[in-house]
Formats: sequence, C-alpha cells, structure tokens
Amino acid sequence: MNPVAMIWDQRGIFLTGLANTISLSLICVLVSVPLGALGAIALIEARPPARRLVQELIDLFRCVPFLLLAYIVYYGLPELGLRFSAWASGAATLIIYNIAYLTEIFRSAASALPRDDLEAASAFGFTKTLTYRRIVFPQILVTAAPVVGNQVIVMIKDSALLMIITVQEITFAANFVNTNYFSPFAPFAVAIMLYWGLCLIVELGVRRLGAMQKRRYG
Amino acid sequence: MTWPAFLTLITGAMTTAALSFSGSAMGIPLGLALAMVRWARIPGMEFIVALYVSVIRSTPIVTFVLFVFFVLPSAGLELAPIPAALATLTLNTAAFNCEIWRAALNAFPRDQLEAAHAYGMTRPTLFRRIVLPQIWRANIGPLVNEMTILLKGTPAVAVIGVVEVTRAASRIGAATYEPLPPFLAATAIYTLLIAVIVRGQRIIEMRLAHRYGLNQP
Repeated sequence: MNPVAMIWDQRGIFLTGLANTISLSLICVLVSVPLGALGAIALIEARPPARRLVQELIDLFRCVPFLLLAYIVYYGLPELGLRFSAWASGAATLIIYNIAYLTEIFRSAASALPRDDLEAASAFGFTKTLTYRRIVFPQILVTAAPVVGNQVIVMIKDSALLMIITVQEITFAANFVNTNYFSPFAPFAVAIMLYWGLCLIVELGVRRLGAMQKRRYG
Repeated sequence: MTWPAFLTLITGAMTTAALSFSGSAMGIPLGLALAMVRWARIPGMEFIVALYVSVIRSTPIVTFVLFVFFVLPSAGLELAPIPAALATLTLNTAAFNCEIWRAALNAFPRDQLEAAHAYGMTRPTLFRRIVLPQIWRANIGPLVNEMTILLKGTPAVAVIGVVEVTRAASRIGAATYEPLPPFLAATAIYTLLIAVIVRGQRIIEMRLAHRYGLNQP
C-alpha cells in the first residue's frame, strides 16, 4: 500500500494522538509552571524543617524514572482505591514529575537575580509578596525561559512513554498503524514530524520571551 | 534472582554510570562552547547552532542513536556500539546544556560586563574571571536536572546492542521468566545512581552557600 494513502486512511488516529499529546502537554504546563514557582518560593523562604521536606520531595521525584512513576500512578493507586482514567493518570504523572524539575529551575533562576534589585526593593519597603510579584517573577519567567523550554520539550517527549499505560497519544498512533500495516517507516516518520512541530512551537515561545528580555533589560 | 544475574545487573549499572557520566562530562563543556557561539553572535555559526539545538532537542535519543549507528557508516563514519552510544548521549545533552548556558549568559548582569570592559579586561579574561565563576554556580540546578534526565535516557542506547541496566534486566527476565525482580532491581539501581548525583548537587550548593553567602530574595 502506498504510504501516503496509508497515513491518510489512518489520519483519524493520528489526529486523536496529536490532540491527546497537545492536551496533556498544555495541562501539564499550565499546572506545573505555577506550582513549580510556588515550590521555588518554598525552597527559598520556608523555615528549615519545611524547606528540608520540600527539598527531599523534589529530589525524590527527580530520582524516580518517569515510567516507574506512571506505573505507580496508573496501576498502584487503584490498590488504594483511587482509580483514574489513563489520560488523567498520565496528566497527573507528567505534572508531579515536572513540578520537581521546574521548582529547581525557578530556584536557580531566582538565586541568579542581581542582588541590587532585591536590595532596592527592600529599601523601598516592598513586602515579600510584592517583591516576588513585581521584581522576582517578571524577571525569572523571562531569564529562565530557555531552560523551561528545555523542560517542556523533555516533557513532550516523555509523554510518549504514556502509551505504555494505554494513553492514545502520537507514539501510540504510530505504533498502532505500524502493527496493522507492518510498515514502520511512514508512521514513525509522521510521529517524528509531529513531535518536531510541537517542539518548534515551544522554541517560538522561548524566542518571543527572549525578544521581550532584550527589549526590557537590554 | 541468582548471583550471576545480579552480577550482570551490576555490570550493566557500571555501563550506565560510565556512559551517562562521560556523556555529561563532555556534553556540559560542549554545550557551553555552543552557547558562547550564540552569545558572541558569530554570523552564520549562530544560525547553525540554533538549528542543531532545535533538531537534536526534538529528536528522541532512540531515533538519534539509530541514526548515528546505522546511517553514519554510509557516510564513512563507522562507530562501534559503545562509542556510538557515547557520541549520541554527548551530542544530545550538549543541545540541552547549550540552552541552559545560553539562558545564564543572557541573564548575566550587564553592569558587571561594562565594569570589566572599563577596567580594560580582554574578553577571554572577562569570561574566565567574571562570567564563568558566576554562571556555573547559578546553574548547578538546571545542569544537574539535565544530568538526571540523561541518565534516565540511557536505556535508549540498548537498541544498538549496548548492555546497560535495562537491557541486562530484560535479558535476566527473559531467561528466568520472572521479569519483575530484575526490573525492580534495575529501578532501584537508577534511583540510587541519580540520588548520588542529586546529593552531590546539594553538597556543592551547601559549600557554595557557606563560602559566598546565600543569594535569596
């Protein structure tokens, strides 16, 4: 069978796959970026026992392989009476896993802020909340953008592993078409193109933020 | 699990550790070099580096290692499995590290650069004495993040026949018809290896905090 016709025949499953990959990635970014920022504040501001706890949790999630975490959420939690759909389990795994990495990224970015900005803020009598809202976050969201971009790309590629817990995303679609037609090249080529397209969108976003940084801070 | 099976896993663990450690050891400086090409705005080169980073970051390690191992020989570059795996991991992590270093260079306070220029520092001295000591300290977090991600990505090189932990575990599982114990052991090995790296990060950070004071909002 002509590979183009084969892909066209199976466009439905590829589109479902693309939609699932996009929805998983989007929800993960929307939830884990704010929570990662909160985690960074906790790492910087909390009293030692609480800070220690946050740090140990983050280190734990950085140590566990992603696939194992997905297995635990999808097959382990039902034992405790918590049963989610494959999509929800996948999203929860991606979110938990990425919060850990993003917290570390934001904390690093905050510790690289020029000290004089912070001293100026406290000299002007800014409260902690105001300092974070007006001085720290507007800057680190821009300066950390390339690293957050890295993490989002890793996250999009990690979402491919979720096919193992039966989430029907892009790699699942490619694998499905491959096992039905016994022709691996075309479906996987399509999958790679789709992933690259998604990564290019992330890069475009990072470049936008970079241009903003140049405009604002020279 | 029998004793020989356990030894196979340990050998696999050493391969995993050696591959990911040397991959990071070469990929971090290589990433810095790439980031400096973009920072210095070398015309033409800047575009090539940006394209390299874009393509490599979006290519899964499995795909990339197959490319290095099966496609490059037709271009006259034949590599044995271990060097091919090492080259793949290094080139992959270099692309991610390039973005980490680039973020650090772009966020570097301008006044310090101007002060150094005003004192007549040459660019190499400025980089060695002013920029590098600060950006590596500020970026231990993201760099260690990337090291852990690379270590978790090493199972991909098993497709070209490198026996690392995951491959060793699946071999034992196939031989004994009991896949669970070797895979649990493999998971424990990964967690342990990464825990060593993460703990190392915290120790370095603590030392730095003692020496330079905490930079906290």
